[in-house]
Amino acid sequence: MEIDGPLGLLAELTYRCPLACAYCSNPVELEAYREELTTAEWQRVITEAAELGALQCHLSGGEPLLRRDLADLVRTAADQGLYTNLVTSALGFTPARAAELHDAGLDHVQVSLQADEPALSDRIAGSPSFARKIDAARRVRELGWPLTLNVVLHRQNIDRVPEILAAAEELEADRIELANTQYYGWAAVNRAALLPSREQLAEAEVVVREAKERLRGRMEIIYVIPDYYATYPKPCMGGWGARQLVVVPTGDALPCLAAHGLPLPAANVREHPLSWIWQDSPMFSAYRGTDWMQDPCRSCARREIDLGGCRCQAFALTGDATRTDPVCHLAPEHGIVEAAVAEANEESRPVELPLVARPHA
Amino acid sequence: MTSSISTTGVPRLGRGVKLRYDRSRERHVLLMPETVVVLNATGTAILQLCDGERTVADIVEALREQYGDVPEGQVHAYLAKLAERRHLEITDGD
Repeated sequence: MEIDGPLGLLAELTYRCPLACAYCSNPVELEAYREELTTAEWQRVITEAAELGALQCHLSGGEPLLRRDLADLVRTAADQGLYTNLVTSALGFTPARAAELHDAGLDHVQVSLQADEPALSDRIAGSPSFARKIDAARRVRELGWPLTLNVVLHRQNIDRVPEILAAAEELEADRIELANTQYYGWAAVNRAALLPSREQLAEAEVVVREAKERLRGRMEIIYVIPDYYATYPKPCMGGWGARQLVVVPTGDALPCLAAHGLPLPAANVREHPLSWIWQDSPMFSAYRGTDWMQDPCRSCARREIDLGGCRCQAFALTGDATRTDPVCHLAPEHGIVEAAVAEANEESRPVELPLVARPHA
Repeated sequence: MTSSISTTGVPRLGRGVKLRYDRSRERHVLLMPETVVVLNATGTAILQLCDGERTVADIVEALREQYGDVPEGQVHAYLAKLAERRHLEITDGD
């Protein structure tokens, strides 16, 4: 079978991070990822990804700016014709660093915000960071880059969506992603404190719909729905081993950024060429296409639309990665999700609940 | 916002948008932060003319020289659609 190459490489350069966000998707066992790939190893990965057909290189983490060789990696990706996208907290995005990355050919910067104002933003980030983020966002625009803001939404900030959108307008962002939390890694640990109520979501969605209309052609708003409240699951990563290739700090290649814990043999770039990993490794072949499915997915009319949802979520919630993603209302284990949703909607439940901060690694 | 655009407007690629040839897919593609748009031959021909110098009228004229009869309305609609998605910026050429 001819397998199309990946569209994008998500390079998780390091899991070290100056922030401590409780919604982080990084794995809980952060100390297992300290033996990071060298500059030369990352450059080889980037080059091999481009040869496989990748068109975009997302430089992420953790905080990618903690890698002193970031500009070298950007230059390699740009030389390969890849569209380079820096996904950053913006801490460490100093004028000198920004200029260095600009010279290296960086195409785009995505800055995370945790809320629209310092007190809440700093509390969620676990670090006094808001003011520096705003400075950095302005710097992005001053250097002529397009600015995308990314705000992960959850129980403790979703009521601020109107103010968050106003802040984005004020910063003249080109795009804002309002992404409801996906419950992987640290976010799974903190799910009970992060899952919003149905009422909170409904209010946010009205605001988003109105803002999309009002800002059409000026600022793009991307709203990622919370899959715990969806009827059908998301087609995770556009299909297993179909479009995206994730490489973690220590070189394991994954089809999804939450696939660390799956019971499949590791496929590490230190041991195998990326072409073999993408085309032939058990890690990437296991859930490619639809042959792996059990019922109800196997006989479902939507199996090519949502592709069974997320394998990692199925594994995390049921212990079996071939089960239907439990967010699907047809899934045998949908009750797990319903119970979490019921808890989030208990009348007496406060908005603000204690969060477990992820360590800086 | 309507899809009407001025014939004197000057289109260029939007901020952060890149047009390049993708060898492995043998197609031109538009690259953006989270999106890849694989272009057909018509889309490629139009976008290659969006150089920040030609006006919308110039682009239609250039397409006609290359391909003969080109429906102006369809070119306008395509440019307007890309502008609304911010894949293109159209500045007033007046």
